[in-house]
This record gives sequence, C-alpha cells and structure tokens, in this order.
Amino acid sequence: MGSPPLFFKWSSKILPWLLFISITVFIAGLLWGLFYSPTDYKQGDVYRIIYIHVPSAILGQSIFMFMAICGFITMVWRVKISGMLLKSAAPIGASFTLIALLTGSIWGKPTWGTWWVWDARLTSTLILFFIYAAIIGLHSSIDNKTKADRAISILSLAGIAIIPIIKKSVDWWQTLHQPSTFSLTSAPSMTPDMYQPLLLCFLGFYLIFALLLTMNLRAEVVIREKNRSWVSKQFLNLER
Amino acid sequence: MNPIRKQRIYALIAIVVGSILAVYLVVSALSKNLNLFYSPTDLLNNDLSPETLIRAGGMVREGSIKRSDTSLSIEFVVTDFKNDLKIKYSGILPDLFSEKAGVVVQGYLEKEGTFRAIEVLAKHDENYMPPEVAKLMEQTE
Repeated sequence: MGSPPLFFKWSSKILPWLLFISITVFIAGLLWGLFYSPTDYKQGDVYRIIYIHVPSAILGQSIFMFMAICGFITMVWRVKISGMLLKSAAPIGASFTLIALLTGSIWGKPTWGTWWVWDARLTSTLILFFIYAAIIGLHSSIDNKTKADRAISILSLAGIAIIPIIKKSVDWWQTLHQPSTFSLTSAPSMTPDMYQPLLLCFLGFYLIFALLLTMNLRAEVVIREKNRSWVSKQFLNLER
Repeated sequence: MNPIRKQRIYALIAIVVGSILAVYLVVSALSKNLNLFYSPTDLLNNDLSPETLIRAGGMVREGSIKRSDTSLSIEFVVTDFKNDLKIKYSGILPDLFSEKAGVVVQGYLEKEGTFRAIEVLAKHDENYMPPEVAKLMEQTE
C-alpha cells in the first residue's frame, strides 16, 4: 500500500468519495455553527468565528504532530512515502495556522479591543507558523528530494517542543487569550447546542485535511517518479 | 531490531529530548517575564519608575466604575481578590468591558499608587452559553 504506484491506484478510487464526504461535512458543520447555533450571552454573534478559528488552530497543531511522526518513520525506516507525506502536509498545516492567526485577529478586535497582542498564546502560535515556513523553505532549497525529506524530518522532530508550549501557554502564564473551553478531564464550558456544531466542524476540518493531503501527495508522487514507467503508463492510459 | 535502526531511534530521541530541554530552559529562565500583565499584588511592592510603560490586569470590581458626565473619562478598580488597583482612563472602551469581567490595561503607575491607563483591553472567559441559559443561571444564583 505504501509503494508509490499502489498508493496512486487506490487513492484514485477513494478520492471522489473523500471529496464528496469531506466537503459535505465541512459545509454542514459551518452552516450549523454559523447560522443555526444560539448566540452567546456576552459576545453576541461575533463568537461564531469560533467555528473556524478553533478547528483551524487545532489542525495547525495536529498536523505538526502528524509531521513529526512521519519524520520519525522517514528517518528510522527510510520509508519513501512517509517523507513525501511530511512534505505534502507542511503547506496545509501552515495554511490552517495562518487561518487561525487571521481569524483570531478578526475576533480580537471587537472583543478584546485589539488586533494583536504579544501574549504567550499568540506569540507561540506565530512561532509555529514560522517553523512551518522554515520546513517548506528548507525542503525547496535542497535539490536532492530524499535528502530534503530527511532534513525536514529532523526539523519537524526538533520543532515538536513548540506544541506543549502553545497548549499550556494559557495555563502557565497570564495571557489576554482565554483558557481552553475544551479539556480531556472536564465537561466543556459551553452548552451542547454550541459545542455539537463545533465537533462537526472539527470532523469537517480533519476530513478537508485528509482530502488536501491525498491530493498533494498524489501530485508529489507523480513529480518524484516522473521518469518511472508506471507514471507514463498511467497518464498514457488516461489520454486514450 | 536492526542495530542501525536502533541507533537512529536513539539519535532521534536525543534530538527531541534535547530540543524540549532547550525550550524548557529558555521558558523557565524567562518564566514571569512571559506574563502579559502584572496583577495588583505584583504592583504592590515594586520600584517601577512612573515613566515605565507597563500592563496591569485583573477583574473589574463590582460597583467601582465611575463615569464622567461630560467626558470619556472613567475610573474603576481592578482586583485580583487579594489587592486592588485604581485605574484612570480616558477614551473608548472595548464592547466587553463591564463589571466582574477581566481587563488588561496598559499605562503608567503613578507615585500615589493609581494607574494612568492609555489603553484598555477586555479579557473574555472560556464560557459560552445562549442568553436564556445565562439568565437562568443568574436567577438561581
């Protein structure tokens, strides 16, 4: 399943399904959250940006952890496809982190009274974005793609230290950003009619990530293996 | 397991542990400097000059807001439930500014212990609920 031609074959089969399911759940979650959930007693309608902001922020961090695992597999077992996975996930993670930063800024202006403040949560998230940028830049600056994969594997493993900092920043220090609404140990400090659409948004965003990752990886596989016979066979068949 | 792979795993664990340790050392060296603001208790015994721009924060004490009738001037008391800090401010307040809500103010601590704010930011908490639920909770309190 991990060899490039096999991956290309089975992903061609699941891609239309993944496209349909992910876009349906993504849109359903956003519609539910943005239009059919109740308003907040304090913030009114402005809190609805939570349905984009929080899933993007969670994805930005989850994708980084996923990349570190890919990096570990790439370095220890030299699995080719896991290096490609790592490379393909980086721009998606960077985009979700950027969306989290931008929506946070848009949310901050009407509620806090400022677009940006250098508190621990905001600053550590900005650092995460810079690490993503470094990974993307490093990979494209090395011509030998196998070596490039190994370089970003190490960078994503070393960068993993930022994740607990982001997660715990609101508990360890006094910040303008509020503490987490969700935790593993206690009930969410949100009513069910508000967090149910949020959970659907989480699922929708994760599915969109799976979709984008599959599409990116397919492109990467074809670019890397363009001189192999299975690629020419594949695309000659398509033309006919 | 293949000895080369074992060696690689050790090297990778060393990288991860090393980077977490490095970040931990930086963060613990900075520790309190990573706080965005001082609490009223932090400001009680300090030797800050009145020209130093700082941030203070806490809860707006209930019944402490005094607005001026003729200007945008406002006075209120910020508390961390141990000590209080009197804030003077003139300007536009964020929508979420209210009694019993968190604020972060930026400005100067004056000699007599009052704080002259040049910017007031509202903190909001992690609780979200529809207005009806909030009303119900208030009634039961």
